[in-house]
Amino acid sequence: MMEQNEIKQLAIVSGKGGTGKTTIAAAFASLAKNKVMVDCDVDAADLHLLLQPKVLTQEKYFGGRSPRVDLEKCTQCGLCTEVCRFNAIDNGVLDPISCEGCGFCFHICPESAIVMEEAFSGDWFFSETSYGPFVHARLGIGEENSGKLVTVVRKKAVEIAKEKNLALILIDGPPGIGCPVTASLTGVNLILAVTEPTLSGIHDLERILKLSEHFKIPSMVCINKFDINLENSQKIISYCEKNGSKLVGRIPYEPKVVEALVNRKTVMDYPCNEVQGIVNQMWKEVENTLFPSPLDGERLG
Amino acid sequence: MIISIASGKGGTGKTTIAINLALSLPKETVQLIDCDVEEPNSHIFLKPTFHRVTSVGMRVPRIDESKCTYCGKCAQVCEYHAIAVILKNVLVFDELCHGCGACSYLCPEKAIFEVEREIGIIQEGSANGISFINGILNIGEPMASPIIRKAKEGIQKNKITILDAPPGTACPVIETVKGSDFCLLVTEPTPFGLNDLELAVGMLEKLGIQMGIVINKADIGDRGIWDYCKSKNIPILMEIPMDRKIAESYSKGIPIVVENPSYIQRFCDLFEKVEKLHESNRRRPRIE
Repeated sequence: MMEQNEIKQLAIVSGKGGTGKTTIAAAFASLAKNKVMVDCDVDAADLHLLLQPKVLTQEKYFGGRSPRVDLEKCTQCGLCTEVCRFNAIDNGVLDPISCEGCGFCFHICPESAIVMEEAFSGDWFFSETSYGPFVHARLGIGEENSGKLVTVVRKKAVEIAKEKNLALILIDGPPGIGCPVTASLTGVNLILAVTEPTLSGIHDLERILKLSEHFKIPSMVCINKFDINLENSQKIISYCEKNGSKLVGRIPYEPKVVEALVNRKTVMDYPCNEVQGIVNQMWKEVENTLFPSPLDGERLG
Repeated sequence: MIISIASGKGGTGKTTIAINLALSLPKETVQLIDCDVEEPNSHIFLKPTFHRVTSVGMRVPRIDESKCTYCGKCAQVCEYHAIAVILKNVLVFDELCHGCGACSYLCPEKAIFEVEREIGIIQEGSANGISFINGILNIGEPMASPIIRKAKEGIQKNKITILDAPPGTACPVIETVKGSDFCLLVTEPTPFGLNDLELAVGMLEKLGIQMGIVINKADIGDRGIWDYCKSKNIPILMEIPMDRKIAESYSKGIPIVVENPSYIQRFCDLFEKVEKLHESNRRRPRIE
């Protein structure tokens, strides 16, 4: 029997928000075959707007535990207030927004007036789309632990990939460099950083590439709207050369990209030839890096 | 007065609104705090000089092996799985620790002490008379909230404090906007912009923070945002058109009000609207 091939994971990230992660992820969804897609931007998920999923299963996500105080038992001794480092409890009265669910108050309460309860923090979905299987989530409003929810959806994606013998997990990542981003990057094979030629874009690109270096994950870079500032684009290209990140695409500013989005279409499914050609080329480079042997290529179809 | 600038979706123009608003008001009355500590950008436009840098630390547990009996109590109480006891080994995972202190307090042998571990820095300074605080998360650190909390300790009550929030709607955003008198939500008229605006509005409703909308690149996309704001009765306070000139000067780190001074009045008008809304909201009788 043939051994199961290694599943490859590609994460599309950016540092700075709004550079075009989801636009590229959706375009790749339309180009790559034999893959599962995951939206790891769980607190502002957008990929579903383009993939138009049909939800197959919906599950509740419990992100952690939170305390509940039985005020009948509370003697207002103030010990909980004293030990809480998040200023989240005042003599048994809880501020759920500030509470980080550490449970210190629960352990310390001499009257056993506090219990810890599973906190419902959102939903996650397994869906089918015309591009293939898709795992996505919706973090509850104002909930914590988005990193943990990212881990949940990624685990589900790995399960699906194994079950269906898929070659690739395509991750649409969150902005920033903090907890949901680190949760999106652990164990991925390749990072594609989408940036824009602005000083903010460059600043944030440097930080996300340093993070990829920190995790020892190879990275590639794509410049979106590169013609907004050619001088800055050149700076990014030089930075990539110095840094060992391959530049795989330069996408011009093109109003049709927004038109495609308004029509809920990926750029590959909407008439914008110039951008399509560049994205196609980009995907080929990414594909060749992820699947260097011809045998691997066949797996992608 | 504390005004936070948030958005849900990234890249809609939070920083643009924050800095241009700050630059349009009398400078000695304004304070700007960049709470997007994962990717702070305000400093690029303000070019501040800093007179103080402080380290932001988190207290994490360390084990005194001479006292530890490997009873496992610490691992049992840690809700974040930041401590594991395996045979005669105690493993501490610093990145998972929230610094709550439960393990050290509850250790029956008093074998746990805490050390301060740096997770980021706070820079304090000014830019042309505007008081400025910058929070920066160290690369590789997952937890942004403690830095935001620390940066907000610098809020000066007698000033108009503008908080530049991170994108999204999760804990770092909540840490930023909570306690604000007013929140400006910056969006763009696309399906992504609308979807994430709805999430951000839900968050502010839950927190009970008064809000208004700024629509950036107002002439692209579709009209979904206007319909939504009308149905929710949320005021649209400013519209900025898509302008390649603005985009180009943004790319060079030049604020709109410097590139095109006619915008100063527009940002002053924005502030006036916020102030008026806030005032009328305060006067409204409340059911206690």
